[in-house]
Amino acid sequence: MTVAEIDRVNIFMAVRRAERPARRAALSLALPLIVFLVVAFVAPILYLLVTAVGNPETREVLPRTLEALQNWDGASTPDEPVYAALAADLKVAKDNSTAALLGKRLNYEISGMRSRVLATARMVEKLDTGPYKEKFLALNQDWGSPETWAIIKRNGGSLTPYYMLTALDLKQAPNGSVERVQGDQAIFLDVLGRTLFVAGLVTLFTLILGYPVAYVLTIAPKAIAGIMMLMVLLPLWTSLLVRTTAWVVLLQSDGIINDVLMALHLTGERVQLIFTRVGTVIAMTHIQLPFTILPIYSVMRSIPTTQLRAARSLGAPPSSAFWRIYAPQTLPGVVAGCLMTFILSLGYYITPALVGGPRDQMVSNFISTYINRDLNWGLAAGLGVVLLVVTLAIYLLFLRLVGADKIKLG
Amino acid sequence: MNFAQRMSLATDNPVDALVRFEDVKKSYDGINFVVKDLNLDVFRGEFLTMLGPSGSGKTTTLMMLGGFEQPTLGHILLDGKPVERLPPEKRNIGFVFQNYALFPHMTVAENVAFPLRYRGITGAAAKEKVRQALGRVSLDALGDRRPAQLSGGQQQRVALARTLVFEPSLVLMDEPLGALDKQLRERMQIEIKQLQTSLGITMVYVTHDQSEALTMSDRIAVFHDGRIQQLADPKTLYDEPSNRFVASFIGENNTMPCTLLGREGGVAIARMADGTTLKAAGANVSGTGANISVSVRPENISLAGKGVRAGLNRFSGKARDVFFLGDHMRLSVEAFGGQLVTARIPARQARHFALGEDVVLECGISECRLLEA
Ligand SMILES: Nc1ncnc2c1ncn2[C@@H]1O[C@H](COP(=O)(O)OP(=O)(O)O)[C@@H](O)[C@H]1O
Ligand SMILES: [Mg+2]
Repeated sequence: MTVAEIDRVNIFMAVRRAERPARRAALSLALPLIVFLVVAFVAPILYLLVTAVGNPETREVLPRTLEALQNWDGASTPDEPVYAALAADLKVAKDNSTAALLGKRLNYEISGMRSRVLATARMVEKLDTGPYKEKFLALNQDWGSPETWAIIKRNGGSLTPYYMLTALDLKQAPNGSVERVQGDQAIFLDVLGRTLFVAGLVTLFTLILGYPVAYVLTIAPKAIAGIMMLMVLLPLWTSLLVRTTAWVVLLQSDGIINDVLMALHLTGERVQLIFTRVGTVIAMTHIQLPFTILPIYSVMRSIPTTQLRAARSLGAPPSSAFWRIYAPQTLPGVVAGCLMTFILSLGYYITPALVGGPRDQMVSNFISTYINRDLNWGLAAGLGVVLLVVTLAIYLLFLRLVGADKIKLG
Repeated sequence: MNFAQRMSLATDNPVDALVRFEDVKKSYDGINFVVKDLNLDVFRGEFLTMLGPSGSGKTTTLMMLGGFEQPTLGHILLDGKPVERLPPEKRNIGFVFQNYALFPHMTVAENVAFPLRYRGITGAAAKEKVRQALGRVSLDALGDRRPAQLSGGQQQRVALARTLVFEPSLVLMDEPLGALDKQLRERMQIEIKQLQTSLGITMVYVTHDQSEALTMSDRIAVFHDGRIQQLADPKTLYDEPSNRFVASFIGENNTMPCTLLGREGGVAIARMADGTTLKAAGANVSGTGANISVSVRPENISLAGKGVRAGLNRFSGKARDVFFLGDHMRLSVEAFGGQLVTARIPARQARHFALGEDVVLECGISECRLLEA
């Protein structure tokens, strides 16, 4: 380093030293929030990622069996030592009541495995000595199947691709290759597509309805703008559940909306709105409107009224002035508003559950089902990861397309 | 034909007015008029400034002319034809806004080319015009920049170029230099004035800065409270303000309340608050109003010389404040029983005054003006 460089470094260090107290003060102010975010946001997401690939059951319940399977050729029926190890593991499992856990986990990949494991565990309890192989095979032929053993062996690792693959309608064949699941089992890509489609539709509707509202808000006299703003914000101050329930009431076949449609003779008979996708989209659009409007409004408000006037004075007719001068300048707000609504819509859960039909359930509904009813945390986490990745991908895509500086949330 | 000749012609032949306001009134709320009884002709090639304090209705007047606001009553004629039905884009009027209103999402060149596409000028012809317009305001090299990358002065020039590029018959400017620092403002004043003269543009310019108005204008319309208080060329406005508002708004003026005693020839005799009298010019003041004053500029008051001379008012008072300002001295004197009178004493006459010291001052009768409120 030259003398000048050393000087520069010294100055740099001196500046850092001089500003250290201010930096510490700033950090200490932000610390509670940082701690909160780590505990309440980062940690759960990490846990989600781990759960989506975690595979503890087989390892914990069948340690001896996995050990014995080490030397298995993978093609033939295993020999007696494997069955003996399995018997020993299942005895312990029976005592610890972990057999059900194992059965449930293996059942995801081999149907009927749950009851087979439980029945075998019950049988093993009564056996004192081997040889075990015939007894196992006598109880259930499939204990002799190399595929069963291949899957058990495969699940000996601490990580599994199973949940992620399932969430993407894929599965691993016993020989390890990845393939598409068949027919009516392939549901998750459909659900994902439907979720994206509904979110896109809701975003589009909120934009079409919200953009003019945001514009009127910026040009209306103060008093009227205040009242309009209140009406835009009011839904935000009402609980989501309450609003959704209100829509359930409104959308009934004998509800107000149908009454009005009938009274206006717009339809001859009552329209099925509740438990349909139309209903879901209507309710979600209503709930999401403020999220689209507010960023657009805030950007519009920052555009001086002289912009349109300047365009007119330079010769642009009103429509041309709007599209060439005004609309491009509102783009940051439009992108921010749409992104917000789209991403929030991807995670909708209560509204589709209450207003939508069985075929309108979104990814979140499945996540909830897997957590609450099936206790399948792995698959719930797998779906969660897919949703997270899709959301991030869309976010990054938007950033790429319009540039980070073009997104203004406030 | 220079401007003065044209103007004298114009007064004979009113058709030469490019713009005419006829009894224009404007109210936004239906209760208060912010522009009241506006009658004004703007002549071809003229630089007319609307000067007045904030809220006096200048912008409103300009907006009506530009087509962005409708007169509540009265008519605006452009080239002899009423324009009420004409939308802004059909008026072919250039408008430079207070905040420039450059389009932030376009480059400088795109900004300047914007008005051309609506006039059917595209491609190479448009490029050439943009180049010329930017050259005219010395911004040749900055065509690819965005407005946000320019300094305030440069943005101002872009706005100017964008307006001049389509050769409008009339250019309106609303406080275009308000956001610039003093030095730049003064340079831009001269540049704008030069452009206006060399291109022969008719200009209606709005400002609240009297020195700007005096520098640039052929004629100045002083606005106050929605009315034109006086319409005159800068010199007349400065020397012969027609009322107290104009007197105090343009330059500095001592305003001293008085009552009218009578007249001697063309000279009015005014009695001041303490009973002393002053002579003042002011032929057109009836003197019946209650609100009369004698108005005299500080630079027209001097320390009294030896001996009494004709044509001068002389009065005495006690020194209050003295500020030495380099080229001159400001001396405030309490005279006429409590009235503060400020005199601007040239530096070579400056001397020390003690607080309360008796001072005798004098001022020319023709420079004392009898004014009504
Ligand atoms: N769009 C508007 N709506 C209501 N009142 C306005 C509007 N524009 C101006 N005014 C009012 O009209 C008066 C004159 O304003 P303006 O023409 O902007 O004056 P200036 O340009 O001389 O400052 C002010 O009192 C202002 O509050
Ligand atoms: Mg104004």
